[in-house]
Amino acid sequence: MSVAALRAVEVDYARGPALGPFSLEIEAGEIVSLVGPSGCGKSTALRLLAGLEAPSRGQVLRTPGRGETAVVFQAPTLAPWLSARANVALPLELAGTARAAAGVRAREALARVGLAGAEAARPAQLSGGMAMRVSLARALVTEPRLMLLDEPFAALDEITRRALADDVLRLWAGLRPAIVFVTHNVEEAVYMASRVVVMTAGPGRLAGDFPVEGPAPRPAGFRTTPGFRRSVEAVSHALARGMAEGARP
Amino acid sequence: METLAPWVLIALLLAGWEIACRALHVAPYLLPPPSQVAAALIANLATLLSAAWRTLAVAIVALIIASLIAQALAMLVALSSILDRAIRPLASVIQVTPVVAIAPLFLIWAGIDHPERALVALAVVVAFFPIFSGAVAGLKSADPDLERLFALYGASRWQTVTRLRLPSAVPFLLEGHKVGAGLAIIGAVVAEFGAGSGGVRGLAWQILDAGNKLQTDRMIAALAALGVMGVALHGLLARAELAGLRWWRGR
Repeated sequence: MSVAALRAVEVDYARGPALGPFSLEIEAGEIVSLVGPSGCGKSTALRLLAGLEAPSRGQVLRTPGRGETAVVFQAPTLAPWLSARANVALPLELAGTARAAAGVRAREALARVGLAGAEAARPAQLSGGMAMRVSLARALVTEPRLMLLDEPFAALDEITRRALADDVLRLWAGLRPAIVFVTHNVEEAVYMASRVVVMTAGPGRLAGDFPVEGPAPRPAGFRTTPGFRRSVEAVSHALARGMAEGARP
Repeated sequence: METLAPWVLIALLLAGWEIACRALHVAPYLLPPPSQVAAALIANLATLLSAAWRTLAVAIVALIIASLIAQALAMLVALSSILDRAIRPLASVIQVTPVVAIAPLFLIWAGIDHPERALVALAVVVAFFPIFSGAVAGLKSADPDLERLFALYGASRWQTVTRLRLPSAVPFLLEGHKVGAGLAIIGAVVAEFGAGSGGVRGLAWQILDAGNKLQTDRMIAALAALGVMGVALHGLLARAELAGLRWWRGR
């Protein structure tokens, strides 16, 4: 069953075409990585899937209702005047959940991302990795059917990003939302997803669609298995070809 | 050492002034030595303090009124682009009009029995703009990604204003009030000059009165009182802004 789909969408901005024609089908519960060179329209595709933007041409199909889509941005995007718990409770409160009930669920969501005890901290008191965990907790608290992650680990160091990648997969195993994970890091794309979609240079079109074998969450040492290396090679190859194709006039 | 530097400079300047006055036999009505100014300050301390309080009271009342009007108008401007277009040019006209130029008009309106109303109104005019422009900028300063999240979760217009735009505006409001308070003092003093002898007997009136009587030492003492009041108020507000920012950010 499809959760969201882009059908031959094109997006034009004032400075020229930004995306497409591009098609993408997201099935319920699957994790799709979206990779492509900078400026290929990955984030634009994500905003279309979120319903935050409308395409210039083509069709966007979405089944999740209000509050069933969550977005995590590259920056944690937390309100500095709110505690971690109040930030996480915000989506529930905006949807009309009573403050006390929202607070309880926010506390649970923070515990799930490993931040039990940090409820009262303000964003300025948190490290980059912790702030990103708060952002993840805020996305999870509404129990979404579709999670859209826009290069969420790009600003973090390698150790933190690997730990967070495993956290996302572990959390996914609980709720099984469909996840679209935008990144420009090929290894991360393969590690996270059951399917990697490669885009050409902007305006982005499809350059390849690769299934990734292996269990999720990933077992220790998964990055050294031959299957993982083969997928990384295939995706890298498609990415290079897509960049060359986009560069042609 | 660094904190002492301005005091050392002030002491040196005062000493140079004292020596120059005595050595060159400057007439006291032109420039009295600092020792004479100090004596005048002590002799007139009670008068000067109550005058300073009158000026300060005008500025404080003006700041409160300006704050309320500026924030209410900024809300309207932030919520409606038509009101934005309508109000903004008028706000700019208020900003570029010199207080001394409109003081006579306000004094006529206030009437001879209530000059203090004109003084407050004039100080309001001066203090209004920084608070207004700060509030408008602040209400539009919310993180665009947070705005997207609010849209994603179906927040109403009211929720977006009260739970995102207003809290985002707090640092801008703090800055606007700091600048506005300083201007309210200047506005109150300038308005007092405009009102002349009929006005509230604040510090500006003390300066005018001393000048009319050629009591230069009392005049400089009043100026010094004005300077001290300004510096103290600025320091207080800078601290208040810092404390407010700490509270807003949580550290």
